[in-house]
Amino acid sequence: MGWTGKVLRVDLTKGKCASEDLNKEWADQYMGQRGLASKYLSEEMDPKADPLSPDNKMIFATGPLTGTCASTGGRYSVITKGPLTGAIACSNSGGYWGAELKFAGWDMIILEGKSKKPVYLCITDDKAELLDASEIWGKSVWDTDAWIKTRHQDPQMHVSGIGIAGENGVLFSCIINDLHRAAGRSGVGAVMGSKNLKAIAVRGTGGVKVDDFPAFLAATSAAKEVLAENAVTGEGLPTFGTQVLMNVINEAGALPTRNTRDVQFDGAHDISAEAMAEPSGKNGKPNLLANQACFGCTIACGRISKVNEEHYTVQNKPEYWHASGGLEYEAAWALGAATGVNDLDALTYANFICNEQGIDPISFGATVGAAMEMYEDGTLTDKDTGGLKLKFGSAEALTTAVELTGKAEGFGAELGLGSKRLCDKYGKPELSMTVKGQEFPAYDPRGIQGMGLTYATSNRGACHLRSYTVSSEILGIPEKTDPLVTDGKADLVKAFQDATAAVDSSGLCVFTTFAWTLEDIAPQIDGALPGEWSVDKLLEVGERVWNLERQFNLQAGFTAKDDNLPKRLLKDAAKTGPAKGLVSGLKKMLPEYYAARGWTKEGVPTNETLNRLAL
Amino acid sequence: MLKALVIDPGKCTGCKQCELACSYVKEGEFNPAKSRIRVFDFHQDARFVPYTCTQCAEAWCQQACPVNAITTNEWGVKEVHDSLCVGCKVCTIACPFGTVNYNASTGKVIKCDECGGDPACAKACPTDAITYTDIEQAGFDKMRHWAAQTDAGSRAGH
Repeated sequence: MGWTGKVLRVDLTKGKCASEDLNKEWADQYMGQRGLASKYLSEEMDPKADPLSPDNKMIFATGPLTGTCASTGGRYSVITKGPLTGAIACSNSGGYWGAELKFAGWDMIILEGKSKKPVYLCITDDKAELLDASEIWGKSVWDTDAWIKTRHQDPQMHVSGIGIAGENGVLFSCIINDLHRAAGRSGVGAVMGSKNLKAIAVRGTGGVKVDDFPAFLAATSAAKEVLAENAVTGEGLPTFGTQVLMNVINEAGALPTRNTRDVQFDGAHDISAEAMAEPSGKNGKPNLLANQACFGCTIACGRISKVNEEHYTVQNKPEYWHASGGLEYEAAWALGAATGVNDLDALTYANFICNEQGIDPISFGATVGAAMEMYEDGTLTDKDTGGLKLKFGSAEALTTAVELTGKAEGFGAELGLGSKRLCDKYGKPELSMTVKGQEFPAYDPRGIQGMGLTYATSNRGACHLRSYTVSSEILGIPEKTDPLVTDGKADLVKAFQDATAAVDSSGLCVFTTFAWTLEDIAPQIDGALPGEWSVDKLLEVGERVWNLERQFNLQAGFTAKDDNLPKRLLKDAAKTGPAKGLVSGLKKMLPEYYAARGWTKEGVPTNETLNRLAL
Repeated sequence: MLKALVIDPGKCTGCKQCELACSYVKEGEFNPAKSRIRVFDFHQDARFVPYTCTQCAEAWCQQACPVNAITTNEWGVKEVHDSLCVGCKVCTIACPFGTVNYNASTGKVIKCDECGGDPACAKACPTDAITYTDIEQAGFDKMRHWAAQTDAGSRAGH
């Protein structure tokens, strides 16, 4: 009934798979996916454990709406302790894999220990086994996907796994399912690699049931209408994808450029949604070929693109001439604006390699941006980079770097450490645009003040998907706030964080919230699950999840000092655009935020707060 | 008026709402593996193609059935009668398109019956890649599209 009620526990050390009942009491308190898996992780492991040791656990978790007809109901998350940050990691992905796990009859998979040799987990309905992966260790995500489907003679299998980046311990390596959908951030791929687990292949032929079908169908149908009629989800995202933001954010003066030295990029248009739709190359076809939906999604923001066959990156490489996952906004920003590269085909190629080898393009691009700044100021020499000319704007440097990073070869091995460790190593920690070790994404906190607080307080390190106040501050959803002021942002960030934590625990995609409020979401969950699921209950679950993650991080050793931003954002004012002259007002917002959260001045949840949330 | 499911792959995004709607109506649960319509992902060509029974006028499945379990209803739709079907699967071999399939849990074959004239897949499709229209005018929109392009050249010459 929404939940399948079954958890697959895989002991990689012993090579054993076992079925157990879902903890229904926790499920009622944490709903599913991000929340519920965070509860399991918190209960089962020591937050101080080394993320790349067998003591770390890893959970692949669906939500109660995963595998249903609710629009976007196909999400799953990977929850573990992240090696990039040392904080709790929760990376969320779409595609078809999550729904397939549900059809096979499982709410979640808990992976523990470490396999002695490379294995992959193969799940066919209630049968689960660990199989030898020696033939695919060293292969790309794409080759692994094809190999597994051929080996099992089942093209209907869905595969989630790592490329060579995860095997090589690249600290921002991700987990890719369905060829180009990513559980992208915090280095969850490296955790999988450290466990000698190459992939999880799933085939499910069972059905998913909900608690009250008539109520559920009425609620999901009404909610689909809301998505279809909304300008962002009904038109902007299907037509332009998330890339609809490139020119918008650039004009708002909030596009971090060349390692965040600037807030506007002169090449923004060249790498925008509009450029992706323009005819290019000899055949006159645009970069963008089609939009693709994830499972059950009636928005369909995914980009399917092609690299121009004449472009230097793919000349004489027909294996890259086909269509595949194209540029999303965050990737286009990181590979483009953060590095100053405005070559759309080079960005698309770099994005292909990120998908093929399992690399998070946000952290990768941002790390290259930091390396470019160190190269230009003379900190890094040709000797350090192995001759790689890391100049801002160099497409060749970017595309060579992405190939080297996956392989962990030459300077690629250093880039694979992420910008914090790289900048620390070369004595320039101030040049790392990170929070809690994770590179921040495509919004400059000087031009969108709420995002500064968002990054500083995100439980998984800098991230836009923990409280997307851009919605309010730039797009006016659900109501417009001034992006240049700090007033009211503490409450705004808290509200977005709690609501997002609830959405991330449901099986739905957070992009629905451009159109949906919790008023649209609650009836869908209420129809799917037993018991009462009101807006108030969702907010309570969201706040509980947020505080649980916070506690994990406090126990892991984080303190209020880690709720911070790079000095550049606090000291160097924006040079152009609407935010000209402004720095981030984090220092003013942070105490307000702690108060709004019911935390002490040291950022620790008070006993009263913990009791209120039954923590 | 006879109607048909008209599929326009160019509009399909691969969301599988059709499979979810079909399996709910036919099986009472969300189960794409048992959907009578399936969406195929030709990933490297950026194409998604929904595919289901086209209700052949002279249907191979019907002619092959040894127990006359497949009949034609008033809308020209080929229906499987579970009370007669013996699960021999000969129809699944006879169908050139693969759209008749065996359901191991019931021991009967399953195929699209257009939901008795109100197909759930067409209603669920968010992009109109699947529509339910007059069978004799199924090509009208496509003809109109190409007609517009044919005319454009001569007008430009004026």
